[in-house]
Amino acid sequence: MTTYSFDDDSVVVIIGSGAGGGTLANELCQKGIPVVLLEAGKRQSQATFINDEWPSFEQLSWSDTRTTSGTWQIAQDFPTLPAWICKTVGGTTTHWAGASLRFREHEFRARETYGEVKDANLLDWPLTLAELEPFYARAEDKMGVTRTNNIPGLPGNNNFKVMYNGATKLGYKECSTGHMAINSRARDGRAQCMQLGFCFQGCKMGAKWSTLYTEIPAAEATGKLELRVEAHVVRIEHDAKGRASAVVYANANGELQRQKARLVAVAGNAIETPRLLLNSASALFPHGLGNGAGMVGKHYMRHMTGSVFAEFKDPVHFYRGNIMAGIISDEAHFKPDRGFVGGYEMETISLGPSFMAAFFKPGAWGRDFASVMDKYTHLAGMWLVGEDMPRETNRITLSETKDRFGLPVANVHYDDHPNDIAMREHAYTQGAAIYDAVGALKTHRVPPYPSTHNMGTCRMSRKAADGVCNSYGQSHEVPNLFISDGSQFTTSAAENPTLTIVSLAIRQAEYIAQSLKANAA
Amino acid sequence: MSDLKVSRRRFLHASGGLLLGTLMFTTGPIALIAPSQSWALEMHTLSSTLGSQLLLMIRRIYPHDTMEDAVYAFAVKALDERAAKDPSVTPLLLKGFAQLDHKSAAGWMKLAEAEQVRRLVEIQDSDFFKLVKGAAVNALYSNELAYKHFGYEGASFPKGGYLMRGFDDLQWLPSPPAIASPAAFS
Repeated sequence: MTTYSFDDDSVVVIIGSGAGGGTLANELCQKGIPVVLLEAGKRQSQATFINDEWPSFEQLSWSDTRTTSGTWQIAQDFPTLPAWICKTVGGTTTHWAGASLRFREHEFRARETYGEVKDANLLDWPLTLAELEPFYARAEDKMGVTRTNNIPGLPGNNNFKVMYNGATKLGYKECSTGHMAINSRARDGRAQCMQLGFCFQGCKMGAKWSTLYTEIPAAEATGKLELRVEAHVVRIEHDAKGRASAVVYANANGELQRQKARLVAVAGNAIETPRLLLNSASALFPHGLGNGAGMVGKHYMRHMTGSVFAEFKDPVHFYRGNIMAGIISDEAHFKPDRGFVGGYEMETISLGPSFMAAFFKPGAWGRDFASVMDKYTHLAGMWLVGEDMPRETNRITLSETKDRFGLPVANVHYDDHPNDIAMREHAYTQGAAIYDAVGALKTHRVPPYPSTHNMGTCRMSRKAADGVCNSYGQSHEVPNLFISDGSQFTTSAAENPTLTIVSLAIRQAEYIAQSLKANAA
Repeated sequence: MSDLKVSRRRFLHASGGLLLGTLMFTTGPIALIAPSQSWALEMHTLSSTLGSQLLLMIRRIYPHDTMEDAVYAFAVKALDERAAKDPSVTPLLLKGFAQLDHKSAAGWMKLAEAEQVRRLVEIQDSDFFKLVKGAAVNALYSNELAYKHFGYEGASFPKGGYLMRGFDDLQWLPSPPAIASPAAFS
């Protein structure tokens, strides 16, 4: 195994091993660039993943305390668990459902397309679909996305059958088993999906793409990667010129270590990434590293979400097979006559009894609640995911609460925008109509789960005053500091974010490699 | 026999009580996998009385009429484990049930079901109620017996997933066309 010394200042240090960090690490290592990859969690494997919801949640999730505020329902239902993301090698690519959707052309131009939206801070991306397309293509090939690269779509399960029939009755045209980074055929040394039904718990088949068993071992094989696990980063340091120079982290024993760095890339998810920059404030950067414009932590987005569950007379067994088994995209288009800007996708979802009880209607009890659980095998379900509005008041700040190292934890503040509320209402209504069309006995509006799609808190912008980084994720202020996760997103679009995070990481790796060669970063 | 001795000694050493029961449904999903019709939960901290009170309270909070007490006992066990870790739990439970009992001469457990529920609604914002409900919701629905009760098939990897075991066996709606849902094998 490759190891680098703490004093080796030629290495790129990447913080976080998920979709952004894990991909960036491999892309850089393939180009011969030395990388130290720091991951706060432990390394699991297909053998250690657990087919049981709560034990798996304890194994994979980021459960360190966070605090919440704002009018969003999460602050009521899950005040210390605003996000459902992972602390493990592979990050949230162990937990994600696999939906791999390209942004639509207009979604890179939200401000131009939607116009001024009151109490929102919309901005166009400093990047177009045409510029990102070649990287989307590379990401789809790397991840083995179905319905690309001659890979067949996945077979639909029972939950999809219900969705498809309802969608067709409503006249929807864009319903299929979608674009999934789950092998419909064995590919790239990974098995065909056997429809385990535990996509969220780490895929024991390895059929679902995760950096844990693709990018990271590929990077290790180059001899250029040193992965350090249980390395919890507490701050990024800089030199007298204001360039990032070292990363300080606590190891498994809680001892602080300092790794020198040629360049630092942060990919800790859109809550921890801004927290780390804010916690790295210094005399030179009094408001946080790279936060001269005051934009770090602002414009937190988490997608408009919600679920619709429906009870049927006959069994569905929706827990069998892919969690995100199918998608309806008809409502993802820009159709402002619906009373809101942006669009949303409808994607099947299923939960085991453990998570149903916890998330169906948090806090509920009594006969009404119990009767839904009694119908467990007769339920179908879908998740609604749509573009939410960036607002400077929705933000990550440092909380009064401290973690075990004495550092302020992240406070996540979110108020639903009227546009988010109007979209959710529309989506709930359409979701229920789909199930009613195929004879639902009863439909249920399920409130948002803790956020899995966290975005926007270090957004990319053309002008330094509007954001934190440029279109390559490079800090406007600190040239050798990069943002490599969903924090970069200028707007959230209606699409699940992982494919875009991976595509941006591939593009960023090329830029970093050129910059290192030219000594420009 | 040696197992019996060990468990008897452990029982004698434990400071907590014992919850005992028999299965209601001798042919139900639980009976099919249970080694015997009777069951026992040995508690480390809580008394037998508290155990019985909690079991009934959790039944009223999450009422599944055909669910065996043996499943509810998992939620009692979770509270017993909390009480063992956190010394403030037992006094909170004792105080909570004392208050529930205080309002009726015969005690809360002797009331009719509707009346028991009405009393619980009155205290649903109390720390006592939140503690019991919070522990119960995670434990009651997250164990093998509950999975059997609800018809959930649990871990699927050891059985090779559902690709060959009914992932698309729904018959009451037509199957989507291949363009929307291709076959698993070409």
